[in-house]
Amino acid sequence: MLEKASHDSLFRPLEKGRLKKEEIRRPSVSQAKESFRRVLKNKLAVTGAVILLFILFFAIFGPKMVPYSYSDQSLASGNLAPDGKHWFGTDDLGRDMWARTWYGARISLTIGVAAALIDLVIGLLVGGISGYMAGRGKLGDRIDNGLMRIVEILYSIPYLLVVILLLVVMKPGLWTIVIALSITGWVSMARVVRGQILQIKQQEFVAAAQKLGTPHGTIILKHLFPNMLGIIIVNLTFTIPNAIFAEAFLSFIGLGVQAPIASWGTMANDALGVILSGQWWRLFFPGFLISLTMFAFNVFGDGLQDALDPHQVKD
Amino acid sequence: MKFILKRLLTMLLTIWVITTLTFVIMHTIPGDPFSSDSDVLPEEVLNNMRAKFNLDKPLPVQYVLYLKNLASFDLGPSIESETRSVNTLIAEGLPVSALLGFQALVIAIVSGLLLGIIASLFHNRTIDYAAMTIAILGISVPSFILAPLLIKFFAVQWGMLPVASWGTWKHTILPSVALAAGPLAIIARFTRSSMLEVLKQNYMKTADAKGLGAAGIVIKHGIRNAIIPVVSFMGPLVAHLLTGTFVIEKIFAIPGLGKYFVDSIFNRDYPVILGTTIFFSVILIVTLFLIDLSYRLIDPRIKLSSRGD
Repeated sequence: MLEKASHDSLFRPLEKGRLKKEEIRRPSVSQAKESFRRVLKNKLAVTGAVILLFILFFAIFGPKMVPYSYSDQSLASGNLAPDGKHWFGTDDLGRDMWARTWYGARISLTIGVAAALIDLVIGLLVGGISGYMAGRGKLGDRIDNGLMRIVEILYSIPYLLVVILLLVVMKPGLWTIVIALSITGWVSMARVVRGQILQIKQQEFVAAAQKLGTPHGTIILKHLFPNMLGIIIVNLTFTIPNAIFAEAFLSFIGLGVQAPIASWGTMANDALGVILSGQWWRLFFPGFLISLTMFAFNVFGDGLQDALDPHQVKD
Repeated sequence: MKFILKRLLTMLLTIWVITTLTFVIMHTIPGDPFSSDSDVLPEEVLNNMRAKFNLDKPLPVQYVLYLKNLASFDLGPSIESETRSVNTLIAEGLPVSALLGFQALVIAIVSGLLLGIIASLFHNRTIDYAAMTIAILGISVPSFILAPLLIKFFAVQWGMLPVASWGTWKHTILPSVALAAGPLAIIARFTRSSMLEVLKQNYMKTADAKGLGAAGIVIKHGIRNAIIPVVSFMGPLVAHLLTGTFVIEKIFAIPGLGKYFVDSIFNRDYPVILGTTIFFSVILIVTLFLIDLSYRLIDPRIKLSSRGD
């Protein structure tokens, strides 16, 4: 009874032409736009991005907010705890920690970004050539093999040795450290790029382009490169913090930027001796900011990784 | 068998290349072990010292002499510590570093795997978020920040553990934890993403459908399949942890291997630089080899090929 009643009242034949069968109901969205939307939906990734913007803002304007420069010493006001005058306190030479911390942010971020960009360029070139040439006749295989052996050897010599060699040969300073970090740092980027190219060039659309007689350059730029963009950007968000880490480590063993220039690494190293005597602010501010930057890059990178993954279902 | 033989040969070749490169680089750095003494000691004494360590001979001769000694596992004398050989230095430092590294490794693997597996089983729920927050914190806080914090609270504030130095087992706890934090976090994240991938597979549904218990599914089918990416990450990690890490050893004043390596570079103590580098490379290469072998045990579908990589 019930079934029959509902059948009669709830279902009506559809008028012809009232619904367009193949209408595209949502606006077509490019991969980039869709990824952007997905990042915005990921709260953690947005938090990371906001934190990074904050740190960038203070790195640019922070040192100018106080009437002290990062290198002004005043022994009379040494080792002061944070107060209204010195927002982050002072170190043993009476230098203002606020100015030093944000000046250090500049140094650390510059080193991180510059080293990551150099890694990216060299890694793209070497990894790209290696991956593209692999399986392209005897010569191609030889080029691929040669480049990969170089990569392996660079991977295995102790990088500290190379860094020290460079620091001794060149004048110590910001750019020496950048070069020292990127001279061995591009290796992992090259491996990632090569792996990606090897995988992508097997796919049908590349074969199709080749059959149509598309020149190599166009295939690389138009077909291979856009498909690797996601993984490259994600890799970048991981190499920048790694470079900041590496600089902090070099500073920690006394090979970083030279005093009076400050970086987060040198400040943390200077603070080690005094942490037990209760001057917590010496370690806290640079330490907290390193950790916060790492955290922000990591969650932002994770969010990007998810968002740029083309296999994710649009929702 | 043929695979193993070929692999051993490649390993020897790699070590030779590393030795040669390190030799060349280290002699390119200006200065020698005695250059810091040159204002104090007369020239003849310095020349005598150089002669004693064969440093007066041309570089190719030094190189051949070194390789000859290396072939009989003699890493030469340490110039800086005068009475001790590099073999002794390693024999003294290794047990310390290895103990720390081993404890850190156990902490990192056990808790990392647990954290990752639990997070994947509770995907997108509070437990997952909590576990991953711990993991991201572990990656974000560098060991040279974490270690002083651990000292400040556990040793100074609460007086539970010794501040630094080396002696009883209690001395090893803080440095092991500080060493383990980073790797733990990375292992947890690798495990989680790899488990999530595996949990989607059809064989997991099959196992469920044939009535296997939840624990059985996760242990027998889940972990075994998910562990490969984790294992490949562990190669370099094992080598780094076992041979000591300079930062932690410096902060806790631990007489391990890491210190010798960094100090020797600053002192231009050639035999120690070469010796520790070679020792580290051997450990790294052997671990990588063992890990390749273990793939076979974990996943019988993986074929060992002699073509490497």
